[in-house]
Amino acid sequence: MISMVRFLLPLMLMAVPGWVYAAEMRVAVTTSFHNSGLSDVLLPQIKQDLDIDARLIVVGTGQALKLGRAGDVDAILVHSKKAEELFVEEGYGTHRREIMYNDFVIIGPSSDSAKVAAVTSVNAAFSAISASKPIFVSRGDDSGTHRKELALWKLAGLDSNAFEPNWYRAVGSGMGAALNTASGMNAYIMSDRASWLKFKNKGDLKLLFSGDPVLFNQYAYLPVNPAKHPHVHNEMAKALENWLVGKKAQTMIGAYKISDETLFIPNATPN
Amino acid sequence: MIDVWEGILQAFRLVYSLDRDLFEIVLLSLYVTLSAVIVASLIGLPLGAWLAVNRFRFRRATIALLNALMGLPPVVVGLIVYILFSRSGPFGVFGLLFTPTAMIIAQVIIITPLIASIAHQAIRDLWAEYHDLLISLTTSKKQRMKTLIWDARRSLLTASLAGFGRAIGEVGAIMIVGGNIDHVTRVLTTAIALETGKGDFALALGLGFILIGLAIAVNMAIHVLSKTERGGQW
Amino acid sequence: MTTILPLVLENVTVRKRDKTILKDISLNFAPVGFTIVMGPNGSGKTTLLRLMHGLERPRGGSVKWSSSEREARPQQAFVFQTPVMMRRSVIDNIAYPQIAHGVSRATSSSKAADWADNVGLAHVKSIEATNLSGGERQKLAIARALINQPELVFLDEPTTNLDGKSTREIEGILQKAFNGGTRIIMTTHDIGQAKRLATDVVFINRGELCEHSPAEEFFGATQSSAARAYLNGDIVE
Ligand SMILES: Nc1ncnc2c1ncn2[C@@H]1O[C@H](COP(=O)(O)OP(=O)(O)OP(=O)(O)O)[C@@H](O)[C@H]1O
Ligand SMILES: [Mg+2]
Repeated sequence: MISMVRFLLPLMLMAVPGWVYAAEMRVAVTTSFHNSGLSDVLLPQIKQDLDIDARLIVVGTGQALKLGRAGDVDAILVHSKKAEELFVEEGYGTHRREIMYNDFVIIGPSSDSAKVAAVTSVNAAFSAISASKPIFVSRGDDSGTHRKELALWKLAGLDSNAFEPNWYRAVGSGMGAALNTASGMNAYIMSDRASWLKFKNKGDLKLLFSGDPVLFNQYAYLPVNPAKHPHVHNEMAKALENWLVGKKAQTMIGAYKISDETLFIPNATPN
Repeated sequence: MIDVWEGILQAFRLVYSLDRDLFEIVLLSLYVTLSAVIVASLIGLPLGAWLAVNRFRFRRATIALLNALMGLPPVVVGLIVYILFSRSGPFGVFGLLFTPTAMIIAQVIIITPLIASIAHQAIRDLWAEYHDLLISLTTSKKQRMKTLIWDARRSLLTASLAGFGRAIGEVGAIMIVGGNIDHVTRVLTTAIALETGKGDFALALGLGFILIGLAIAVNMAIHVLSKTERGGQW
Repeated sequence: MTTILPLVLENVTVRKRDKTILKDISLNFAPVGFTIVMGPNGSGKTTLLRLMHGLERPRGGSVKWSSSEREARPQQAFVFQTPVMMRRSVIDNIAYPQIAHGVSRATSSSKAADWADNVGLAHVKSIEATNLSGGERQKLAIARALINQPELVFLDEPTTNLDGKSTREIEGILQKAFNGGTRIIMTTHDIGQAKRLATDVVFINRGELCEHSPAEEFFGATQSSAARAYLNGDIVE
């Protein structure tokens, strides 16, 4: 036992200084944003310009809002307008600031038995899927993407609650895991464009439908209210917000590409 | 399609390139798990000895409970630790959520019952053997526990290593309480989960092989160290 | 010189489950002596020794020391029929009673080294005790029993399974301890050994005391028929 301690102590001493940072703040972000890789580009620049170490907690929109409510993060960056507005209304966030948007795409097997590639609106695409009932993977995790998908079924006049589980599979997991499942079952799925482009296990899946403005997905930044949680780093949260809506960040966001495709359209109203 | 071979290659590539991020992740994995094992052993081993040596009313119930707790679902532990250490929770003031300390706490909760339970079994057998001698020598309860823990050290090392095994491969709890924050709380298992989520199976598998290698290395190192220290056989 | 003796047993009965193992036994152990307890297998010798040492509780009767039982216990040692080998080196085994009684590590180690020498274990003192042979185990147990210089030592068949040479060596060690003032109560099936060592003999059969007499009397004019049969090597009814 003693030898174990002797062996471990130096290791611990080596490891400890690794996370003693000065200006550090925590931001809960959604999986789709993180998967896009945009954060890898923005974070070093934030460090350089603001001397802030922004630590990202990558979760679904539902959990991000929870973390904000509990005061466990200083700000959140999510995409579910209604939930965000409620968050501010209840006093957990100081305000909601739109930063950029991306879009959702419909993915499916290259054989496309539901003929989704041929339609021109997302309503038609969802109707075609519910008509021919190929396997469809739903996030089912109360994330922003999941909420969006539910809203789209409704928009197409369909009741997703009534779908039979033999084709409509709610997997209850993150975007990546859901894409893995879809790839494994050669199923249809709705994904954000970034997660899809970065996804490496595509198998026989391909992008079948995109471009309908209904599929646009607005990201907003919400600082957690210091009146509710006095310990939050509101100054840093404000500084980060100002930086995100600034010219430099907005340009970086617009210029970010994967496989030559633009992922995010910056649309913040400047200060 | 990616296969296991690709993962093995990836593992070698990662190790060979002495990737700084990888080094950090490995070090943090070791730090979190070994700290948890030490703390859990400091609690679990004496607890196992105490349960073996003492007769009290709810002893059987306590042991049954301990055995049941061995199967504690890590996610539930993670959730409970999260609730306790969340800013809105009872221990929120310490600001420990999303720190390695929170991860250590969660792992201690997960592996202490395992270590205590294995320790109890080993010490109970030794106590049956030593009982008459230690009673005859009018030893105090504390001395008995100390003696049994020392003399059962080989089995207890196994108990601690079993705890290490469970902790190093654990992902559910530390994902929740650590948050998998890059450079702060990202460890091998959460990195594997992340890469799997991105569909990068080769990288995930590569990290997996490094994890396995690390577990083997630590086990061997501890066995070698404890043997040379004793000099000769036990 | 002794503070805990004489030891007096008054009408002691020991029962386990529904079986009476010792029945209404009264004995008186003088402050000086080398008592040999004899009797057929299963007669209750081990139980009797354990009872006196406080490892068994009497169902009836009493065990009385001249001091309180609390004070008496640390002045006794017990060598079990199957000695317990602690999972540590021979020297650490022998030193253990010293450590347990708060003696410093340095003192107890040097004392244990002397004892390892006394009982002829010097050449194996740093190997782990579980590797010892049967005879070596007995020697270790005796050294461990004597290291704290108890007033009274119980030994339960310390030379069973040993060859003649080891038996004589152990007898020598015990004789020396006895000459040094240690009170000894020991069981054995070896009649020659009993004759060599005993100052007095206790004979029990089926849990009942048959006789307790000085050695010359026991071997010269055996009183009970059971003891006579046992000494003749006949089957004891
Ligand atoms: N826990 C127990 N439960 C029931 N019977 C027991 C128990 N312990 C001992 N006995 C019985 O008590 C009797 C006396 O046992 P003890 O060990 O005292 O005999 P012994 O004279 O030492 O025999 P041996 O010469 O073989 O060592 C035996 O018949 C034994 O089976
Ligand atoms: Mg016996």
